[in-house]
Amino acid sequence: MAEPVVQTIELTKRYGAQVAVDRLTLEVSEGEVFGFLGPNGAGKTTTILMLLGLSEPSSGTARVCGLDPTRAPVPVKRLVGYLPENVGFYEDMTGYDNLQYVTRLNGVRDRDARPRIEGALETVGLAGERRKRVGAYSKGMRQRLGIAEVLVRQPRVVFLDEPTVGLDPDATQRMLELIRSLSRDQGMTVFLSSHLLDQVQRVSDRVGIMLAGRLVAAGPIDELARRSLGVDQARYTLEEIFMRYFRQEQPAAAPAGR
Amino acid sequence: MIAVRGLSAIYRKELEDHFSSTRFTLVLTVVLMVSLLMSWMTATSVRKELEGFAKPSLVFLVLFTSSGAMFSFAQFVAFFGPLIGLVLGFDAINRERALRTLPKLVSQPVHRDAVINGKFLAGLTTVGVLLTALVAMIAGLGLRVLGVVPGWEEIGRLALYLLVSAIYVGFWLGLAILGSVVFRGMATSALAVLALWIFLAFFVPVVASLAADALAPVPPTPTMEDIPVVLQNEQIKRAVSYVSPMTLYSDATAVLLDPMRKTTRSLVLLGPMERLSLTRFQNPLPLAQSALVAAPHLLLLVAGTFVVFALCYATFMRQEIRA
Repeated sequence: MAEPVVQTIELTKRYGAQVAVDRLTLEVSEGEVFGFLGPNGAGKTTTILMLLGLSEPSSGTARVCGLDPTRAPVPVKRLVGYLPENVGFYEDMTGYDNLQYVTRLNGVRDRDARPRIEGALETVGLAGERRKRVGAYSKGMRQRLGIAEVLVRQPRVVFLDEPTVGLDPDATQRMLELIRSLSRDQGMTVFLSSHLLDQVQRVSDRVGIMLAGRLVAAGPIDELARRSLGVDQARYTLEEIFMRYFRQEQPAAAPAGR
Repeated sequence: MIAVRGLSAIYRKELEDHFSSTRFTLVLTVVLMVSLLMSWMTATSVRKELEGFAKPSLVFLVLFTSSGAMFSFAQFVAFFGPLIGLVLGFDAINRERALRTLPKLVSQPVHRDAVINGKFLAGLTTVGVLLTALVAMIAGLGLRVLGVVPGWEEIGRLALYLLVSAIYVGFWLGLAILGSVVFRGMATSALAVLALWIFLAFFVPVVASLAADALAPVPPTPTMEDIPVVLQNEQIKRAVSYVSPMTLYSDATAVLLDPMRKTTRSLVLLGPMERLSLTRFQNPLPLAQSALVAAPHLLLLVAGTFVVFALCYATFMRQEIRA
């Protein structure tokens, strides 16, 4: 059996007395889109930061493409792409120049970077806006430029943290299509963190549900539906499956009548 | 290899940002205007005084040390040099936070310290280029107005002066970057480092006098018996004033740029042998000897710059970076 691209064993992060991520154990296989679900503050971003080597785990282990991100952060970062929530850009620079800076940081020579940048801008539909300053981009265009930044790096694994937050329906649709194409056309493994369940349902092969720092369920959506509701997934949405787990784990916080 | 490329990419971008920024243009314009005006006034007054006389040796350095109508170029750099460092560094890190580019930057395949190293090196390079351009322009002005070609000794002294000035401004640049690491708000870090500059520039001499008067009070009309107290008072004043890098820099560069100065100490604190050598030997000191006299000050200045940068580095490396 192939080694998982992302693997965590008992991964834990504490901030003083508060446990942000509690003994997280999960695996993500090569080429799949893994939806990482949970409400705000569930520990999704903290998990991603640990997988990128940007935050040190309190205990447990993490491996990305077979490497430990805490011990070898630079080799791991060479293999992954990361789109943070509310991605930032250098506003005074053009879209093209922002991407060129990323390629330079990745050690790509300017002459080799040019076709990569052109291709990425074409893929995300920003080829016509390449010479416009990013300060003049709309929110949707900025998110697409963020995806272009991931594409120019040609990573094996992509971590997307709430990539559709604040986008209008049209921009959301385009973003979801882009995410799906990362796996389908580029062969990348996508680790998609979000609290927007219907969107995750549309693009994910498997999902993991995080509540208060703990992974309460993981697997294909139809399997989770059978496991939690005892019925076929076609009759239930991911939101209903999620709410079942939410009520089990946090009965006091769950809305009445669900 | 890729990590080194990352550092060079950050360095290159920061350098481009500095040279194309409005704030750099403004600083350059003000500094250029003031220093050229001062040097012009100094050069014309020196030319008038030397009319009909043979030009003395090392006259070229007078352009940088003579006060003229206002203050000398060396005094100007001692006073306003810190502002250049502060302007270049006060928003180095917190601007990245405000733009939300820091998480993205550190998620690239570069070591985290490449961010702080690249920013510091780019700032230092900008300072070096700025100061070298200024000294070269003043030297050109001197050539034109005085008609004196600088000798190797003077060029050597100017090169050393440039190096020390870059380290001095580097201290303030490090302090400004530290402010940008510690404070999230750009305005807060600007105000904090400005307050520190004001304290070290204006208040340390006052604090030094107060401390000296409190620990070794000198009577209003001192007699011969009060000489030890007067000396002690002066020593305390000097020791406290060395807290300010401005004092260290001013004393060191005064010796480097003026070969006739043979000590950094005031006449009150000179020992009997030093007094004797000053009265008996009137020749200028060679560059190596001047550097030796200034060495303790230079070492303290370099150490201070390293300490500030190390603080900045350690604080940045320990911070959690979140999106």
